[in-house]
Amino acid sequence: MSSLLTRARGSASTLVFLLPMLLVFGLFSWWPIVRSVIMSVQQTNLVTDPEFVGLDNFRAVLEDPLLATAVQNTLWFALLALVFGYPVPLILAVIMSDVRRAKGLYSLLAYLPVVIPPAVAVLLWRFFYDAEPTGVFNSILGKVGLGPVPWLEDPAWAMPSLVIEATWAAAGGTVIIYLAALVSVPPEQYDAAEVDGAGVLGKVWHVTLPHLRGIMLITLILQIIGTAQVFLEPYLFTDGGPNNSTLTVLLLVYRYAFQNTTGGDYGKATALSLMLAVALALLSLVYFRLTRRWSE
Amino acid sequence: MSADESRGITSEYERGRPLFKIGRTLLNGLVLLFLVLVCLGPILWLAKSAITPTQDTLRYPLELWPNGVDWENLRTAWVDIDLKLYFWNTVIIAFGSWAVQMLVAVTGGYALSVLQPRYGRVLYGLVLATMFVPAVVLLVPLYLTVLDMPFTHWNLVNTYWGAFLPAGASAFNIALVKRFFDNLPREVIQAARVDGCGDFRLFWYVVLPMSRPVLGVVSVFAVLAAWKDFIWPLVVLPDPAKQPLSVRLPRLAGVTELDVMMAALLISCALPIAFFLVFQRLFLRGGLDGAVKG
Repeated sequence: MSSLLTRARGSASTLVFLLPMLLVFGLFSWWPIVRSVIMSVQQTNLVTDPEFVGLDNFRAVLEDPLLATAVQNTLWFALLALVFGYPVPLILAVIMSDVRRAKGLYSLLAYLPVVIPPAVAVLLWRFFYDAEPTGVFNSILGKVGLGPVPWLEDPAWAMPSLVIEATWAAAGGTVIIYLAALVSVPPEQYDAAEVDGAGVLGKVWHVTLPHLRGIMLITLILQIIGTAQVFLEPYLFTDGGPNNSTLTVLLLVYRYAFQNTTGGDYGKATALSLMLAVALALLSLVYFRLTRRWSE
Repeated sequence: MSADESRGITSEYERGRPLFKIGRTLLNGLVLLFLVLVCLGPILWLAKSAITPTQDTLRYPLELWPNGVDWENLRTAWVDIDLKLYFWNTVIIAFGSWAVQMLVAVTGGYALSVLQPRYGRVLYGLVLATMFVPAVVLLVPLYLTVLDMPFTHWNLVNTYWGAFLPAGASAFNIALVKRFFDNLPREVIQAARVDGCGDFRLFWYVVLPMSRPVLGVVSVFAVLAAWKDFIWPLVVLPDPAKQPLSVRLPRLAGVTELDVMMAALLISCALPIAFFLVFQRLFLRGGLDGAVKG
């Protein structure tokens, strides 16, 4: 009897400890996830009761001529971010890992842009990107006889400009991840490579990079998932312009829901975000299948 | 071959060769120069133009103080364009976000790791599963949930509660704290149990005092993430008087003179930078900020 009582009291206090987590996850995570699936097949306008409309929302999104533009732009952003942003942290981290003096200063500097609030960074860079010859970047380019570049004002230049800023803002985080992974390279492997006559580049190629392979595969997919959801840069730099050249999928979601002159089209917005989420999930699944062989 | 435990890519022998030495010093110096120019440069430029008159910044963007220094910009930004209001809004949201993340992570982690209810594994699985749902999916349904809360029908739009409560649903925090609690010495917990310690006393007097490292990590990342957040406060706080800096600055940019705007940007990133410098160890240890955010 008494053991039953303590058990009952024990589970009651367990529940008390679990309560904050259950409430917060229930209200702000689990329920919205379930609700996004429900809402994608409903017409919701906050005035009348939601109405079941089957796959109409998905059809409406797929028929939107802007969808193709948004998907293309998002893929273009992700690709550019890989080309600019993927090698930079890797090269920096490999060199920095071999620095002997003031190593902390290198990491401190590399991580600094990561702590700048993204909205502040974008507003600052928007000024740097002034298209006039007297703009900050154009003045620098002018000193070496280049430019002026119409950074944000030309549809061909706008996306690369966004990606350069986004890379600046995020690279430091990846550098720190690589540096942490490089601490654990067994010294004997470098010794062994030297015995085999490897130079510095040989050691980087045969020891350092293979050691990072697993973490590189993860940072790659995380970067793709992150860039597929890019919102802040196109929203604050160009608001999707010029001529929709920086309209991304998430910007389109935002416009459906919050910038609709006829009231928020929440059904279409959730339908599109669900499609993006499923696409990303499938991509990760395929990715991990394909790379399982190389990851260890 | 010496067994040098702290060796890096290059060996002591290689570093001793004169030509190699010069090349290596040059490469390290170039990287340092690159980091100073690219990472620190824009911040220094911002600090300079925050106290430079607009005309000077426009006409000579790369000069150091062509016609003197104007400290007045900082005061104008703080007082005249009401930056202080948005600054304190950001502080409130960051504090609330820190408090709710701490409460949820610490109590949840304790229940899952130490109290171990029978349904704990399932619950932990449900928490971890939310990591695989990209944040974009939640934006609209979360907004509608906050607009009309289940059961109570409270409307949290335009309240700070609506801005910071959802931050508590961080699976990353729960996983971090639970794993830390899992590694606490079980003998200490068992000894406390034998001495008749109940769940609450065990939590408050035994587990929490041993958990300062992990609480520090959760805290700094919670505060910084709240300070950086943009899209959620943009959606949930349409009332300008309640908005944090991130949301308000882009609106101010269109109607504020350049030098005052630069001062406003400088003030807005001063706190995160100071925070980073003070707690740099926690940030630079690595592996904790694994998620690359878009």
